[in-house]
Amino acid sequence: MTTNWIAIGHIDDIPLRGARCVKTPDGKIAVFRTAENEVFAIEDQCPHKGGPLSQGIVHGRAVTCPLHNFVISLESGRALGADEGEVRTIPVRNIDGQLSIAFEAAALVAAE
Amino acid sequence: MTNLGAQKLVIIGNGMAPGRMLEHLFEQAPGLYDVTIFNAEPRVNYDRIMLSPVLSGEKTFEDIIIHGDGWYIENNVTLYKGHRIVEINRQARTVTSDHGVTESYDKLVIATGSVPFIIPVPGKDLPGVITYRDLDDVDAMLLAAQSREKAIVIGGGLLGLEAAAGLALRGMDVTVLHVMPTLMERQLDPAAGYLLQKAVEERGIKVITKANTKRIIGTDRVEGIELDNGTIIPATLVVMAVGIRPNAGLAKDAGLAVNRGIVVDAGMQSSDGDILAVGECAEVDGMVYGLVAPLYEMARVAAAHLAGDTKPAFVHSDTPTKLKVTGINLFSLGDFADGDDREEIVLRDATAGIYKRVVIKDNRIIGTVLYGETSDGAWFNDLKKKGTDISAMRDTLIFGQSFQGGAPLDPMAAVAALPDDAEICGCNGICKGKITSTITAKGLTTLDGVRAHTKASASCGSCTGLVEQLMSLTLGDAYNPAAVTPMCTCTELGHDDVRRLIKAKGLKSIPAVMQELEWKTSCGCAKCRPALNYYLVCDWPDEYADDYQSRFINERVHANIQKDGTYSVVPRMWGGVTSAAELRAIADVVDKFEIPMVKVTGGQRIDLLGVEKEDLPAVWADLGKAGFVSGQAYAKGLRTVKTCVGSDWCRFGTQDSTGLGIRIEKFMWGSWTPAKLKLAVSGCPRNCAEATCKDIGVICVDSGFEIHFAGAAGLDIKGTDVLGLVKTEDEALEHIVALTQMYREQARYLERIYKWAKRIGHDEIRRQIMEDHDKRRAYYERFVFSQKFAQVDPWSERVSGKDKHEFKPMAAVGFHQAAE
Repeated sequence: MTTNWIAIGHIDDIPLRGARCVKTPDGKIAVFRTAENEVFAIEDQCPHKGGPLSQGIVHGRAVTCPLHNFVISLESGRALGADEGEVRTIPVRNIDGQLSIAFEAAALVAAE
Repeated sequence: MTNLGAQKLVIIGNGMAPGRMLEHLFEQAPGLYDVTIFNAEPRVNYDRIMLSPVLSGEKTFEDIIIHGDGWYIENNVTLYKGHRIVEINRQARTVTSDHGVTESYDKLVIATGSVPFIIPVPGKDLPGVITYRDLDDVDAMLLAAQSREKAIVIGGGLLGLEAAAGLALRGMDVTVLHVMPTLMERQLDPAAGYLLQKAVEERGIKVITKANTKRIIGTDRVEGIELDNGTIIPATLVVMAVGIRPNAGLAKDAGLAVNRGIVVDAGMQSSDGDILAVGECAEVDGMVYGLVAPLYEMARVAAAHLAGDTKPAFVHSDTPTKLKVTGINLFSLGDFADGDDREEIVLRDATAGIYKRVVIKDNRIIGTVLYGETSDGAWFNDLKKKGTDISAMRDTLIFGQSFQGGAPLDPMAAVAALPDDAEICGCNGICKGKITSTITAKGLTTLDGVRAHTKASASCGSCTGLVEQLMSLTLGDAYNPAAVTPMCTCTELGHDDVRRLIKAKGLKSIPAVMQELEWKTSCGCAKCRPALNYYLVCDWPDEYADDYQSRFINERVHANIQKDGTYSVVPRMWGGVTSAAELRAIADVVDKFEIPMVKVTGGQRIDLLGVEKEDLPAVWADLGKAGFVSGQAYAKGLRTVKTCVGSDWCRFGTQDSTGLGIRIEKFMWGSWTPAKLKLAVSGCPRNCAEATCKDIGVICVDSGFEIHFAGAAGLDIKGTDVLGLVKTEDEALEHIVALTQMYREQARYLERIYKWAKRIGHDEIRRQIMEDHDKRRAYYERFVFSQKFAQVDPWSERVSGKDKHEFKPMAAVGFHQAAE
């Protein structure tokens, strides 16, 4: 099981306080850019009812799901406040604005 | 949504007792039952005690709703409105309604309440003779009151006097007939009854005591009443308010034990182990009840038993009575008949109109009547309940609590001195300790919060002052009665303050607002950012740069997100009018993009559901070629203007309603508003466009255009109110636009027109829009200015490449034919 860093694009491709999607055979990954220019990647599927988190409003280091307002931490993937649930986080590397995500082929196969 | 494994609970009746029972049940045993309610009244659960303020005009029906439609949805309760149960089949364990719906039950609760007693005199069935029991009766009285003619109320008890006062306030000439020598003789002694009669008469209401009705006169409808002594009193409305009796017929037919009411044990269990009864229809230990406090106690006991806790038992207790006629203060409790073994202490102050009487037996209070000054009611109630020996304070007892021990005459001190178990809210049986401990435990700072958590002052509201005093005592300076609810956890400021400060300080960006108003978070949250973005768009249409990242996804991508992450697309159809070419273009788009569902909306247009986000720009491009623009079906903004066909086609149409609707829609499309805005124009009062449940509606009449506003047909249902009548289309447009702009500038984000209007007052809105011509013109012009920047079709912008990143994935990885 090896970690491959796969390039996904430049940080400027993502709007500030916004997100873009990366498609994988295992489903979509949402890549977020916060107001402070930090980048996070999490599974694009709310633990509540599967809502697309990439479409939510980004505030601080969190995103609010567009379907039912679960607030998910971008750092831990966990639901904040009174709600419970967790999504997978994916490591992101940012070298001079060039973004890559850690892509574990073995983990992907296992997940399928 | 059915809850597998849950037992089926069916409730017959949807009044205050079963409503309260369900609140307790959902708290104690959520999910234990699938609940179905059959309500003979075609509406939700409301506060029946408050019908009198609705009759007098001091409250509206919406004010007294206990559970709105949303509550039933949230709690998964099936409510059949307007279904009267006609049969209980105990063998099959089913009930059947008059509309033929049959439902089976594991547990059945009968809460059929009571029926008004009709005195059996000739003429009792004439039109114009009504009872006073539910909202339909109030509506009937209000309708009759429009005539400003004569009304007779039979019955000088609590209900009759409240009805009489309400009808008098509505402009009717009212006479009260009471069979006993003094009013409210069951609650008041003759002296207090006399004072009450004087106060009632001062309101212009005639009172005739010892009045026996012989017959009701009239041929096609009621014309008057003849008394036993031959007196004839003319009237066009007769209200019978002579008492109620338990409505137990259904239970009797089903073979349950019925005496005066449905016989139940202290656990609310009837003679059938799976059937309970609560409320006015139930008889416990030989007693039936009509005041809310014991009914709520029944509800609490029944809920516990349904939840599996069989310990709680119903215990009888006296309930204080209060009359809800504004300006008449009256308190009555317990037994106050004269007797050899009883003593009484009486205080009279004729000038101030005060009468107080305490009845004592064995040095303990057994009854109290207070008239004119009732603030010591809670204290007397407490002394009576505890059986306190009053011999030590006998000489000063009647002067009240503040006089004891030389305490200062300060109402706060009086409340502070009450013991923890003193009852504050009689309707709900809530004592002082429960209120203060809940305030502390839950960190409550608002009256609404206290009402939500404890129910204190949430029914008749007469103890609101006491509850507020308790809040001041418990919270000290932290309690500010005018306290505002903050916008969200990022700020202490409420919406109104934020809106005011944005204008006053000239704040023109979200970071500026957050900096100047000392936001507690760095970049807000999903609650405050969309609100701030709207306020800034509204207040600075030419200067503010819309912050798309602060918009909800629907407004960012100009389509409606669906549960599976696909989108729905609704093109605008002006006034609901379309053409063969438009329909053909829609059909082609559906085929080309394999759109799975096409649906006609309630707003007279067509919804294309299940469009992939990546396809949106291409779908819009094809629709755009046929002349379609965005229908903004996703926007907190102008949605649709529904129309009927009007004078062009309809034989009843009085004006060109279709033309006016299209004109309004073309004028107002693209505008952002605090919440969605739906309009309609009907060509005649038959109202085929359903304009009277819209945010703004127009009913065309021969003499012009009647403008309506503040309707609702969603979680809440509310008919519109009339704003005013104007003569021309131009005026109609100007008034509607001005009203919209006033709403845009003043409402809180996500607040629909009807909620905003209720908050600031319909009369104020009428004054500004109908009467103040300069103000109306200024609103109109500000709207027109703002439209210069708002009327850009978002779809064609995006077809031309705007926000391209929104519609494309950033990358695709891990596939064999990976992009990189």
